[in-house]
Amino acid sequence: MSQVTHDDAHEGHAHASPGFYWMIGGILAVLTAVEVALFYIKPPGEQPLLLILSAVKFVMVIGYFMHLKFDSKIFTGVFVAGLTLAVFMVTALVVLYHHMPVTPVPVVG
Amino acid sequence: MSEAVLEQQSGGGAAPQDDHHHTATGLNNWKVGFWTFIGSECLFFGTLLSTYMVYKGASLEGPYPRDIFDIPLTTLSTFVLLMSSLAMVLALDGVQKAKRKVAAFWLGVVVVFGGIFLGFQYYEFNHFVHEGLTLSHSVFGSTFYVLTGFHGAHVTVGVIWMATLLVQSLRGKLTPDKALQVEIAGLYWHFVDIVWIVIFVLIYLIP
Repeated sequence: MSQVTHDDAHEGHAHASPGFYWMIGGILAVLTAVEVALFYIKPPGEQPLLLILSAVKFVMVIGYFMHLKFDSKIFTGVFVAGLTLAVFMVTALVVLYHHMPVTPVPVVG
Repeated sequence: MSEAVLEQQSGGGAAPQDDHHHTATGLNNWKVGFWTFIGSECLFFGTLLSTYMVYKGASLEGPYPRDIFDIPLTTLSTFVLLMSSLAMVLALDGVQKAKRKVAAFWLGVVVVFGGIFLGFQYYEFNHFVHEGLTLSHSVFGSTFYVLTGFHGAHVTVGVIWMATLLVQSLRGKLTPDKALQVEIAGLYWHFVDIVWIVIFVLIYLIP
């Protein structure tokens, strides 16, 4: 994108213009409005759509506002390591408690 | 090895204010440390979110989420927090470009929007308590208040942090060589925002 310039090779910094940040902010606001519209309309596949929109917003904030897209990959690695563990933990616990059959434990003695 | 590195290793020279000092990774240690902290915070909020999700629908008596959630109000507070993130990145841009008034204005917007978000949360909690949902009333009450309460506590810390930066900016002490301080504060603020992005969908919009 032409509004983003990579002018600091030392740490891979980039400086986007305020106009670019406004555009990202506008997209985030529109996506939030779409999420709420989905909540009220309740179309088929509402929940996966909500999760996808949420993930897009998440990635836009960390990529552009937190500058991960332009910064060193080491920062991305450090963040993604914690995030991956967290996502795995939440998913594992939800699956264990909501989707795994409960097997009665036999009473011994 | 360059003279600059030798000078730093021997303890000579002034400590650099920006993020261009020499480290093993070539990256600023404060920034690496803060990203590590943010990674650990993902796990912190992950545990709270897991607890909410595991006990979702397990409350034996109401009020239930569908009875008391006010989606238009929460949408408004979500919008305010998102726009505060935009203000934060514009404030950082102002500091980096030595535009003191711009930086002070946007830092002020972050503080005000953060305060508005906390006001919404106070109103919501107050309303829920009047509806009979307290921390000890049900599993929903316990998990909801702990999760959103810890998020609110993070926002509060962020607002105080941004207010201190605003004061520095108004005093003319937030010069471009202090941009890293603002960038790290911004990372914290944006993280608080992305946590709310997840909470808004998983707690409020997905019943």
